[in-house]
Amino acid sequence: MTERIVIVGGGTGGTVLTNRLTDDLAAEIDAGDVEVTLVNDTPEQTYKPAFLYVAFGKKTLAEAHRPLTDLVDTRRVDLVVDRVSGIDTENKHLTLDADDRGLDYDYLVLATGANLVPDEVPGLKEGGHHFYGPDGAERLRDALADFTDGHLVLSVIGVPHMCPAAPVEFVLMADAWFRERGLRDDIDITYTYPIQRAHGIQSIADWATDLFEERDINLETFFNAEEIDPDAKVVETMEGTELDYDLLVGIPPHAGSDLVTDAGLGDDGWVAVDKHTLEAANAEDVYAIGDVADLPTSKAGSVAHYAAGTVADRLASHVRGLVPTATYDGKTICFIESGMDEATFVEFAYGDEPAVREPSKLLHWSKLAYNESYWLTARGLI
Amino acid sequence: MTESITPDVTIDSRGATCPGPLMDLIGKVKKADPGTVVELMTTDTSSSHDVPEWVAKAGHETLDVVEHEDEGYWSVFIETTK
Repeated sequence: MTERIVIVGGGTGGTVLTNRLTDDLAAEIDAGDVEVTLVNDTPEQTYKPAFLYVAFGKKTLAEAHRPLTDLVDTRRVDLVVDRVSGIDTENKHLTLDADDRGLDYDYLVLATGANLVPDEVPGLKEGGHHFYGPDGAERLRDALADFTDGHLVLSVIGVPHMCPAAPVEFVLMADAWFRERGLRDDIDITYTYPIQRAHGIQSIADWATDLFEERDINLETFFNAEEIDPDAKVVETMEGTELDYDLLVGIPPHAGSDLVTDAGLGDDGWVAVDKHTLEAANAEDVYAIGDVADLPTSKAGSVAHYAAGTVADRLASHVRGLVPTATYDGKTICFIESGMDEATFVEFAYGDEPAVREPSKLLHWSKLAYNESYWLTARGLI
Repeated sequence: MTESITPDVTIDSRGATCPGPLMDLIGKVKKADPGTVVELMTTDTSSSHDVPEWVAKAGHETLDVVEHEDEGYWSVFIETTK
């Protein structure tokens, strides 16, 4: 009997997993004992961390995309470009938009990522910019290029959000970028965060708070934007405060997938999973990796990457009739830019408080080098 | 008396570390009508005092913080005022 493994989502987690499986199970796939199918709603993968650099004119959108056919071994995986519109975990069947037959599976891995839901905050779409999508990043690039004086506000509105360090990076990069261009004296910068400190992770919050003070970046905490008035250029908060801005960068609220909620796999579109095995809590033979998994760590590419390795090992054990023993320990790594030419790096697992290293040019260049070599990660090579 | 508090909404954030529980609460409060009583269940020690701090700043009311020592979690009861 052929074991059918279906992966939904062709982002970092989906392609790393696909490549790990087609490598590890090559013999079984070639013998017809295992089929691997990757479903994605576009024929391309997008490398989202590039958008931060697009906003400062340091990268182009073209650099952020690659065809999936370049990233996976199409001899051993069926690549289906279609949108999954329903998940039936009882009958192990997926409904597809274009193909009426849908797809049956024995093992399902959801890697559908996170979605932006700016409409949850009235006025945000009209009044705010962001760098969490291709169009937003280009619009922000143009707005930043024209911005020569006034108040730049970065407000973290949605938590959890992708790439949790990126808002801190953005203001530190903006500070350096405006200084380089001789504009910083005419520009005030404010960073706001929903809880009582500058970041969810205490050590990053402490590090960022010191840097903000050193670089004259205002910090507002317990700041939850409730509504934006795009005409008056004011952010109104749940805490009853108001903040005027000239250029607003608002990290939009994020949501998982309606598919997940409709299938009873978790609340708010995030899949409830065992944090070590990545197995769905509410269905058999279903896993989730990457941003769509409700894990007590960052929604970051490294999390998707390492979790994909664990699920690949567990699935390989299952199809070989072995007891799966691989587990995910929450490993997360993240380069954090602290200006335009220096960066730091953190690494942690579940329950760890990461040490924030002294920023250096070497780490900045390491981050840029990783960005260039990212496609090797997607191909399962590094 | 804690026993007399009947929440309209219960958020089970047990197992989540900071800022998860507070963010879960903020998300629910954002969509709640005035007068909604919310119970936040959390195993995160810092949340048991960070949450009341935010509730006060946002102008809502903390009704009680109950420690369930045997089960290892806290229930923070709040009422929305706006």
